[in-house]
Amino acid sequence: MTETAAPRVQLQGISKSFPGVRALENVDFRLNAGEVHALLGENGAGKSTLIKIMTGAVSRDAGKMLLDGEPVEFASPAEARALGVSTVYQEVNLIPTLSVTKNLTLERQPRRYGLISWRQANERARERLKRLNLDIDVERPLASYSVAIQQLVAIARSLEEDTRVLVLDEPTASLDAREAELLFDIMRDLKARGIAIVFITHFIDQVYQVSDRISVLRNGRLVGTAPTAELPRLKLISLMLGRELEHTEARRTIGAAAARGEPILAAEGVGRRRYMGNFDLQLRAGEVVGLAGLLGSGRTETCKLVFGAVHADAGRVRFEGKPISIRSPRQAVRLDIGFCPEDRKAEGIIPELTIRENIVLALQVKRGWLRRLPHDEQERIATEMIKTLGIATPDADKPVGQLSGGNQQKVILARWLASKSRILILDEPTRGIDVGAHAEIVALIRQLCADGLALLVASSELDEIVTVSDRVEVLRDRHKVGEIAGADVTRENIIHMIAGG
Amino acid sequence: MRDRYLPLLATVTVFVLVYAVGAVSFKHFLSTNVLGDLLTDNAFIIIAAIGETFVILSGGIDLSVGSMIGFVGVVMAHLDTLGWHPLVSGALLIAFGVAFGVFQGLVIDFCEIQPFIITLAGLFLLRGACFMVSLDSVPINHPFVGVFSDWHFDLGGGGRLSSSAMVMLVVLAAGVVIAHFTRFGTNVYAMGGDRASAGLMGVPIRRTTVLIYALAGFYSALGGVVYALYTASGYPLAGLGDELIAIAAVVLGGTLLTGGVGLVFGTLFGGLIQGLITTLVNFQGTLTSWWATIFVGVLLFVFIVAQRTIMSSFMARRAV
Amino acid sequence: MDHAGSSQALAPSRWSLGELTSRSWFWPILALALIFMVDAVVSPGFFSIRIVQGRLFGSLIDVLYRGTPTALVALGMAVVIGTKGIDLSVGAVVAIVGAVMTNLIHRDMSPPLILALTLGAGALCGLWNGFLVAILDIQPIIATLILMVAGRGIALLIDEGLIVTFRSDFFSAISTGEFLTVPSRIIVCAGTLLFLWLFLRRTALGVFIESVGANSAAADLAGINAKLVKIGAYTLSGLCSGIAGMLICADIRGSDSNNAGLFIELDAILAVVIGGGSLAGGRFYLGLTLVGVLIIQGLTTSILVSGLPAQFNMIVKGVVVLIVLLLQSRRLRQSIVGVFRRKTS
Repeated sequence: MTETAAPRVQLQGISKSFPGVRALENVDFRLNAGEVHALLGENGAGKSTLIKIMTGAVSRDAGKMLLDGEPVEFASPAEARALGVSTVYQEVNLIPTLSVTKNLTLERQPRRYGLISWRQANERARERLKRLNLDIDVERPLASYSVAIQQLVAIARSLEEDTRVLVLDEPTASLDAREAELLFDIMRDLKARGIAIVFITHFIDQVYQVSDRISVLRNGRLVGTAPTAELPRLKLISLMLGRELEHTEARRTIGAAAARGEPILAAEGVGRRRYMGNFDLQLRAGEVVGLAGLLGSGRTETCKLVFGAVHADAGRVRFEGKPISIRSPRQAVRLDIGFCPEDRKAEGIIPELTIRENIVLALQVKRGWLRRLPHDEQERIATEMIKTLGIATPDADKPVGQLSGGNQQKVILARWLASKSRILILDEPTRGIDVGAHAEIVALIRQLCADGLALLVASSELDEIVTVSDRVEVLRDRHKVGEIAGADVTRENIIHMIAGG
Repeated sequence: MRDRYLPLLATVTVFVLVYAVGAVSFKHFLSTNVLGDLLTDNAFIIIAAIGETFVILSGGIDLSVGSMIGFVGVVMAHLDTLGWHPLVSGALLIAFGVAFGVFQGLVIDFCEIQPFIITLAGLFLLRGACFMVSLDSVPINHPFVGVFSDWHFDLGGGGRLSSSAMVMLVVLAAGVVIAHFTRFGTNVYAMGGDRASAGLMGVPIRRTTVLIYALAGFYSALGGVVYALYTASGYPLAGLGDELIAIAAVVLGGTLLTGGVGLVFGTLFGGLIQGLITTLVNFQGTLTSWWATIFVGVLLFVFIVAQRTIMSSFMARRAV
Repeated sequence: MDHAGSSQALAPSRWSLGELTSRSWFWPILALALIFMVDAVVSPGFFSIRIVQGRLFGSLIDVLYRGTPTALVALGMAVVIGTKGIDLSVGAVVAIVGAVMTNLIHRDMSPPLILALTLGAGALCGLWNGFLVAILDIQPIIATLILMVAGRGIALLIDEGLIVTFRSDFFSAISTGEFLTVPSRIIVCAGTLLFLWLFLRRTALGVFIESVGANSAAADLAGINAKLVKIGAYTLSGLCSGIAGMLICADIRGSDSNNAGLFIELDAILAVVIGGGSLAGGRFYLGLTLVGVLIIQGLTTSILVSGLPAQFNMIVKGVVVLIVLLLQSRRLRQSIVGVFRRKTS
């Protein structure tokens, strides 16, 4: 692809902030006609914000946007659509209960004397699908087809005669290898027709299979962009996971006593079909086990299996030597295990309840519903936790939904500390948290470790993993690919193991 | 294609089964007389239920239906005492029904208040308005009433298809056409299937919502007009609890209460099944009429549990 | 979700109008105050209370007396709505409970035993609903619709072949009698409120219910047994409806399965919503729910007392309820404020 032609889309100096978080900072992005451009980055890196700005779903705070050399302002996705910029999201925003034809022709049905002619509509639907080499029964409900087909239908709906840009947001997340290859064929076909394609994905292999250029976002900034041929795997992974350390954080010296005791929890061959491959894991008091891997490698899945939020269908778990089956979070909580989920809004905090109520919740669950914690006891615990963790709030009786992300994370941590957990599972504990709070939480993790807790920390921030972990389980594609311990825990070693050695 | 009509098949099967029970238990049950009466007696509520079908298909609910029936009746009776022709007052009231529906739809969409609670307030408002117009049953004496009830179509074998039933069948056909052959109808299904996606796909949510409740208002007012002509009176307690019968008709007709799936045509059978059960109980003579509601309740339970199982396996087929 | 003001983190809380109007108790108390003010103007004797034949009388007492059954049902409804559910079957449960009670009375059992079994019947209905919602995972509106449709028929079934009236001094005393000048049923209602307060707020169950309703995923991950909590909530609702049913049945001294508790669910749901409970689940307010009942019942009594014909009752209720609902809509409030701002700028 020659670079002399004007790019199809040019974004310059794009910045965007939401309350409390800087989503994008001075990002440049260049998309050429007839190219598949992969856009990579962890959750919260800014990918979806960038795409939403490009397709009119969200307004930008600063920067310019040019479409085929002309400056554009999109006030809505409909406007972007009208100018040939379409998006197909991972959730396939179609109506599952309606037929394929109805989905394809929604709001655009061919009519005769005011009434819809379904015969014509079906014809049109088939034609559209034929452009993607798809030949299916268009009268069946969409939900009766696999996600792969549904996605193709969504693409077919988005494709108009004048489509110039097609954004595919994680299109292969629910596809198997064969289905993904079919999709890639279609992408190549569209590319040949001159359409510019943005391919958002977290599957490194697929990036190398189908894309022409790669751009990597991290923490709202563009950290690298290059033709695929000029960006080897190792460098790519390094770009994605590396992080400039603002200040050197001394590697934690492994205490002599650590790694010596019997594990509190030992998982052997634990896994779940189509969710996570079987893994072994041991959690010991005073030790931090890190889970490292790219997005989609199985970090959250591992955490949830250990906590019992998802049932394992293979393997055995021993707790303090005794075989046990952790089949629900309730059980895990009773065993003094705590879990800080990645999505703190949806699965962590209970926004309407006060900070105090959120903090004492797990402790209350342990005591049982009958023995309510007396109010002053609750206040004492809340005050203590607020102080220990430095939660920025003048008042423990505010609804927790009003706190910033970092403080909310601290509240969830406080919940498990208050309930005297012995094992703590942290999934992305510093995601979306400002630098100050970040350092505090890292320090806290070390302190907890010194206090004798067993910690399992999953993180996309490699340097964080390297700093706190005594031992690292390396994950790739929902499988554990190796374990690194002690002095071998370095960024380079982990990246190598992820890349496949 | 077959999947879509499966719920209808279930409903029709139940209808045939109940009819068979009647035919086996009672002489003369299979006569066209019984069929004609069944259609006539239940015409008004089926008409109202057609409107309710649209609302439920879109994922909403309308509890004001029964009160509308009562209100339309008492106003028609009142206007009759003033010399108005029932068709004229009927047309006026249908226009009112549409306007009331527009109001409900606007409040639901703009104020972002749940349909359940707003139409509940609507139920109170309309029923209260009934009592303001009259406290007792008032007859409608206009000669047109006689004309209306005399009009009929012979079914052969003694049975007749009354004008009420004919009106019902006509508006049922119109409802089927609207639901399946207009853009609006498809949008109703879209909103019920996945509201957020429908919006993203360009469906005009506000306009569609208002139209849906306006249509429901049209049908419930029309049901009220038919009922008033059928009973030749306006009674302030008319229609009490009929919204439940309408909703049950929709569910028994194969429409999911959560919306997105169902057929307007099924509501005909959902209403007829309830009417049939009542007829059977009446024929039987010794059972109290409330046995009918128990049977309906049991049927509802079976349908709902069946819908739940089918829907979860339907949705589970989407890959994780 | 409320976005905290930009720089309010450390500022002392100020009594701005905006802050005041968003407090949960503001609108319900205001509405009640308005109704009472109108009462005071329209009928000067509204607030007078006198003792006649050892019993309190007065319009205010009347409001409390007539509102008790609705209040009981509304309390149970508030709990269920807290779990993000709803209970449409409460009216039918009232009828069932009345039929059971009448049936048992005719068997000459001891009154306390009859009372226990009657309330047990209500709880059992609630348990059924809880089973459908929590175990079979059926949407609450649909699950409770089933009992709503079939319940009265079941009640009539229980009535079958029996004389539907009875004479019972024990139950008449509870429902229509008085104790130390206070009408007994008001004491029963207060007792139920106390019981619920102890059972829900003195234990952790109330918070668990609010957690399950506000964010069931997070509640689950925190170790709460959402299924049990929901079953408990619906059983409580059934129990409260049972108490209401007992009072109603004792009042009319018989089982009126056709009409007992007719449309009581509508009043109860409205009372909960007016009292600030959100149909989307989460926080529930026992006290404010009672304020909601007082508003609804107060309206009814006010109309009676004001000399307006009784038939105005329903439409006034409908209009007031509509206004309260519109006022509670944040979107509407914001656009009205927006229109004001534009006009004055």
